[in-house]
Amino acid sequence: MPVSNFQTHPVFRRGVSPKVRLLIYITVCVVMLVADLRFNYMESVRGYLFTAALPVRTVASESAKLLGNATEHFSSLTDLQEENVRLRQHKLEGTERLLRFDELVQENAKLRELLGMRKKTPAKSIAVEVLYNVPDSSSRKVILDQGKKAGITHGLAVVDADGLLGQVTRVYPSQSEVTLITDRNQAVPVQVMRNGLRGVMFGTGQGLHTLSDVSKRWQQAVQSDIGPGSLELRFVLANADIKPDDILVTSGLDGVFLPGLPVATVENVDREAGAFAHVTCRPLGGVEKSLRVLVLGRSELPPPPPRPETGDPPPPPVLPRARQAEGRD
Amino acid sequence: MQLSNRSNRLLRPPKPWFVYMSLFIGLLLNYVPFGRHPGIPDWTALVLVFWCIREPQYIGMGIGFFLGILVDIGHGTPMGQYALAYVVLAYIANGLARRVMWFPSLLQALHVLPMLLVAQALMAGVRVFAGEEFPEWNYFLSSIVGAALWLPLTYLLLLPQFQPVDRDENRPI
Repeated sequence: MPVSNFQTHPVFRRGVSPKVRLLIYITVCVVMLVADLRFNYMESVRGYLFTAALPVRTVASESAKLLGNATEHFSSLTDLQEENVRLRQHKLEGTERLLRFDELVQENAKLRELLGMRKKTPAKSIAVEVLYNVPDSSSRKVILDQGKKAGITHGLAVVDADGLLGQVTRVYPSQSEVTLITDRNQAVPVQVMRNGLRGVMFGTGQGLHTLSDVSKRWQQAVQSDIGPGSLELRFVLANADIKPDDILVTSGLDGVFLPGLPVATVENVDREAGAFAHVTCRPLGGVEKSLRVLVLGRSELPPPPPRPETGDPPPPPVLPRARQAEGRD
Repeated sequence: MQLSNRSNRLLRPPKPWFVYMSLFIGLLLNYVPFGRHPGIPDWTALVLVFWCIREPQYIGMGIGFFLGILVDIGHGTPMGQYALAYVVLAYIANGLARRVMWFPSLLQALHVLPMLLVAQALMAGVRVFAGEEFPEWNYFLSSIVGAALWLPLTYLLLLPQFQPVDRDENRPI
């Protein structure tokens, strides 16, 4: 049977016919989609509506949190003891490094002064909590419980104790959206810590288990199998000096991330793939696991690159959106 | 109002506030962060299809569009992805409403399944347009679970309409 609408007698006809209305609605939707995907025109509208829907979302996420707390409450004692031991050990390791840190900072400042170098840009950090994963299966994003009011701005880095997790891509007044480094559209400029070799790291959007923040026990259970091939380093020449177990850190060349944040370890290097090596990496930070994270950024913008009198001007610092577009091409 | 057009029992007409409240609760359930497990049904779509079939004169594409925009915002998907899917879903459900009502609930579920699949396929198409890959097969599990929930949902949402006209204190339902 064809999908035809209930045909009313002309006497009872009410308004425009359903087919015409369907066409109008589809046109509106397609226009909105194109405006959002190609031109980013919908961001302000989305921001307003996101805030307007805040009470509804709060009710929904609070109920989920309640459920999460319940599962946590019933998680076994041994799990907690194990976690406690692990945290103590972590703290001990951290203390030793911290003791030397202050001294090193001072020493670094003095040496830089002696060399007449520009002081490193100071960092600001905001501690936040991950509220939930965005329930959209094709992207890797999470929502944080702080937003513009707490000083979070577009483009800041999000880290946990072990490394980089992602980048703030949308900021609402009291919440913000983070695109994780495993998302297909997220790119991070990195360098190999050992020799300073630079590259750009992309997420592959796969290889990671689907986790929910509701069930922490489940997360612990699959912690060990997180992601082979969840990140890849692109544009590294096939004969470049890179090998498995190299540590990759942010290079800070984009002017957005702070330099030196650990990102990933190299897992596998395939040099047979062509002109560029196929390098797969494993994230160091607890991407998709960490619930308490830190938003890191430069507290002041880096100075603009010097303007050369002749020749081509240097490319402007790459903004996240621009990089996404590059990654797609 | 009947359970289906073959049923002999007459039901009370639905109360508008109950219809809108159930749609709102569906929306609320969509906002609950269940994580990215496949097979979580699209609650809003399910309730929308239900009322589009039961009340095609009142619930249709306009409501679908409005709800779709709200879900788009909550999920952070491209604006219009859910709206497009829900508008088409409401159109098909409205169009097939007269036919579906002649079937018992289980066969109704078989009619609802392709509708939900079409909506999901449209959303997958939008994602492909946005430059992402076509999702894996288990993405469509959500529709199957949704169709499986059709029977309990029918009774749940028709519960107020089963009330007798004359309230009997000893028999509330």
